[in-house]
Amino acid sequence: MMNLIDIGSLSVRFGGHAVLENVSMHIAPGEIITIVGPNGSGKTTLLRTIIGAVKFSEGNISKREGLRFGYVPQRLHVDSALPITVRRFLSLPHYSSDSAISDSLINAGVGDMGDRQMTGLSAGQFQRVLLARALLGNPDLLILDEATQGLDQPGSAAFYRQIELVRHRLGCAVLMVSHELHVVMAASDRVICLNGHICCHGAPAQVAEAPEYQALFGSGTQGALALYQHEHTHSHHTDHTA
Amino acid sequence: MSWFDSFLVRAVLAGLGVAIAAAPLGCFVVWRRMAYFGDATAHASILGIALALAFSISMFVGVLVVSLLMAAMVASLGERGYAMDTVLGVLAHSALAFGLVVASFLSGIRLDLMGYLFGDILAVGKLDLIIIWCGVALVLGLMWWRWSPLLTATLSSDLAYAAGIDPRREQLFLTVSLAMVVAVAIKVVGALLIVALLIIPAATARMYARTPEQMALIAAIIGAVSAVGGLQLAYSLDTPTGPTIVCLAAILFALTHVGGLIRAGLLVD
Repeated sequence: MMNLIDIGSLSVRFGGHAVLENVSMHIAPGEIITIVGPNGSGKTTLLRTIIGAVKFSEGNISKREGLRFGYVPQRLHVDSALPITVRRFLSLPHYSSDSAISDSLINAGVGDMGDRQMTGLSAGQFQRVLLARALLGNPDLLILDEATQGLDQPGSAAFYRQIELVRHRLGCAVLMVSHELHVVMAASDRVICLNGHICCHGAPAQVAEAPEYQALFGSGTQGALALYQHEHTHSHHTDHTA
Repeated sequence: MSWFDSFLVRAVLAGLGVAIAAAPLGCFVVWRRMAYFGDATAHASILGIALALAFSISMFVGVLVVSLLMAAMVASLGERGYAMDTVLGVLAHSALAFGLVVASFLSGIRLDLMGYLFGDILAVGKLDLIIIWCGVALVLGLMWWRWSPLLTATLSSDLAYAAGIDPRREQLFLTVSLAMVVAVAIKVVGALLIVALLIIPAATARMYARTPEQMALIAAIIGAVSAVGGLQLAYSLDTPTGPTIVCLAAILFALTHVGGLIRAGLLVD
């Protein structure tokens, strides 16, 4: 099957300073790819370049024709001066039918939030509403930028389980950035370790053992990976939608 | 008697038009925290009027051009790393000062400076009324057309990009609309009080609204009530019209908040 996105030798510079250099990668239909990397490694820039918010200086990004993607930003602040219900928020910028909105809210695990004000949501609910918004229009690719910032550990574990569930239900590919290596790595098909350029990539276990990865994060993260697997078996009953 | 009727009717129509156009725009000014930006644009209009008189071109055009130039300058200085409130503080007051100085050279022409600073709604002529309502129609048309993309860009520029919307382009639409509202409102409330007419009705409407559209609609109603009521009050109390309109809007804002506090108090009991 044709790749959703092919990125070839991508470079992004901000005022002469190279943020991304010679990044090549692809996203195949249905896979979950996680980008890890230290602060300032260009993870967010890479995502913002893919959605078209950042202009790149070299290379190319080719998207499959008619590719639909949903984007969940790092964080979003809704000014308290702006009254807006969840339902109205999901209908922006394009009109969505009530039934489509209800479906996507249910898929994101916040089925009963449609009439709430955006400013009255908890951090976890807010992220799920952003997820619901990204799910509208049945995306082929879901792009998440540190979507669990501001959530506590059980909260973000629950959020990532929701992502897996959504992927299972809708069959969309997922591209995400995360700090939380231990939570994210085990849920991914492929991990890309970024530090301005791609240090290493592959299956989570492979990357965790790669010397380039261990140089960035220390070998301790291997233990963290195990920690996640341990945590996973114990956190099913932790419902953290509130 | 018919002459008297018509100038009051003209004033009412002018006030209504400006209040309705200012409502949706005022909401964006509140949501995007652009109050000082609005002030800078409005203060620049005095310079626009002085230049329009000096070169005998249409005042509407003069105000529009200078206000747009002001917006462009604010944007470019902002990008060079100055703090936004410093940029606006420098530009808004400089434009006002330069406008007043240029106006002082025009002593040969009868220039009613007070009229431009505080508005002179009772002097709105038939041609003024046509210009005002054309401007109002343009602004409302722009707002109607760009409403959803502008709202998306206001919530988050990245969400806008992801939906194929260019936030900078939307900002431009907003700037043009703002300059246009300033140009048509100067006759009604004057350069110094235009921002009040943008912000006070929107801020009052916030208390009652659950969606952005409701807020714009309620702001339009509050603005219209302030304009018509303020006109009547000014006429019967013999007070300056522009400031009276703004005073009434401010009183409505205060009453809304007192009402809100009382309601909240009742809920606690």
